[in-house]
Amino acid sequence: MKIGVIKFPGSNCDRDVYDVLKLVGAKPEYIWWNNKDLTDFDGIVIPGGFSYGDYLRAGSIASITPVIDGIKDLIKEEKPVLGICNGAQILGEIGLIPGVFITNENPKFNCEWVDLKINTTRTPFTKDFKKGKTIKIPVAHAEGRFYTEDVDLLKDQDQIVLQFKDKNPNGSIENITSVCDESGYVCAMMPHPERASDDLLGSKDGLKFFKGFI
Amino acid sequence: MKFNVEVKVSLKKGMLNPEAKTIERSLDLLGYKVSNTKTIDIIKFDIEKNNVEEVEAEVTDMCERLLSNPVIHDYKIDIIPRKPACEWTK
Repeated sequence: MKIGVIKFPGSNCDRDVYDVLKLVGAKPEYIWWNNKDLTDFDGIVIPGGFSYGDYLRAGSIASITPVIDGIKDLIKEEKPVLGICNGAQILGEIGLIPGVFITNENPKFNCEWVDLKINTTRTPFTKDFKKGKTIKIPVAHAEGRFYTEDVDLLKDQDQIVLQFKDKNPNGSIENITSVCDESGYVCAMMPHPERASDDLLGSKDGLKFFKGFI
Repeated sequence: MKFNVEVKVSLKKGMLNPEAKTIERSLDLLGYKVSNTKTIDIIKFDIEKNNVEEVEAEVTDMCERLLSNPVIHDYKIDIIPRKPACEWTK
């Protein structure tokens, strides 16, 4: 399974994601932002970071780069695409997922471990979990407050993937911190599963998200 | 013809603006009592087109595609034609 890890100027979780993909047995390969022919790839991770310095809005400039056209082509073939943190903000800016991630209610950079509830197992990334299970993964963001105009639609279409369980660190609507598109193959999440991939790091609940590519 | 363009991007009415809230609370710390604080992004540039209508059409497109996120933002476009007097000073 050849999985592309997108690199923008300012991406900084690309190497972590690359290593974890290797750990689960995938064949990761970096893809630079100006490459739009992704036909060989079986899936894509848009990693976290601060692409283009978060200028204008987090993810807005990355959302209009050539690599996005390539990602859109893969989505048409129902190949899985996972956007983590800045990657989630980019998917929101493109409009591939329903809603956006905006400045936290308390506008500070929030970096902590959180408990999350698996709300749907229909995405490739959550298929190995049990619905309703609690997992532990860290968040690290200042612009992670999920907002959408029609949250009922997301509930009806089973597009809410993860919710904060006890404590909502950013004030997102209905404690949502991960959503998917209608197909379930495109998933945006603010928490960092790559940072919860080994017991040494405090949890390996994040590994299953990457096993979803296999 | 050259035009000066000013685009103001603000959060939609009713949306929580944490930056503005923080500024308001900080002003209160200094003893200033204010309410209804907002923050607005202003993006300015020059553009060359035949008329105002052409400028408006293109800048609206820019706002919809990049300068604002229509899910959370409103935008306002101000277009000022560069007067010939300004050209003369070149």
